[in-house]
Amino acid sequence: MLTITRNLYDKIVAHARADHPDEACGVLAGPAGSDRPERFIPMTNAARSPTFYEFDSTEQFRVWKEMDERDEEPVVIYHSHTATEAYPSRTDISYANEPGAHYVLVSTRDPASTEFRSFRIRQTAVSEEPVTVVE
Amino acid sequence: MAIEVRIPTILRTYTEGAKQVEGTGATLGELLADLDRKHGGLRDRLVDDGGLRRFVNVYLNDEDVRFLAGLDTPVKDGDTVTVLPAVAGGAI
Repeated sequence: MLTITRNLYDKIVAHARADHPDEACGVLAGPAGSDRPERFIPMTNAARSPTFYEFDSTEQFRVWKEMDERDEEPVVIYHSHTATEAYPSRTDISYANEPGAHYVLVSTRDPASTEFRSFRIRQTAVSEEPVTVVE
Repeated sequence: MAIEVRIPTILRTYTEGAKQVEGTGATLGELLADLDRKHGGLRDRLVDDGGLRRFVNVYLNDEDVRFLAGLDTPVKDGDTVTVLPAVAGGAI
């Protein structure tokens, strides 16, 4: 299960809406081992594409180093789909390299409502998990 | 002295769980070959016939080696090499 604060949830949705129709992506960092997302880190989509996302490698290095120094880890890795459902694609699954992370997908295909779903992706196995939003 | 190499979680199965390992070589390519002698299989996860794999990032100190000379990038004692899997995906 993913437990996330309303504030962080809203920030992810706002980022996805702001970058629509391109895919938005980013990280929620949290204390190592806590499974608790605390720090919102929007990332540049280096692909700037409506069908693909890729963290900018230089920015990723800086952010990962900072997490390491703060004894944090990427608790959540999020990205948006802008014309399809919020479910991991084959591409998402094959590039999922953080077995400990919650993979959050947001779909902005419907302007009136946003799908927000969370998954674990380990090797090639996808399992959806409930999302609990706390105030 | 040697070159320190930081290994991401997903590849620590090749390093008996170690977060960092050490190796030697005059170039990144030589360093990876040296690491593969101690940690068999690791190099294959980073390199294919065409050079560095597309969705693996390798940094020399704080610079992506793609902006340097890739596998031909010179390395020296005291350098730190960091491996990070790229974070990527998409709708299709």
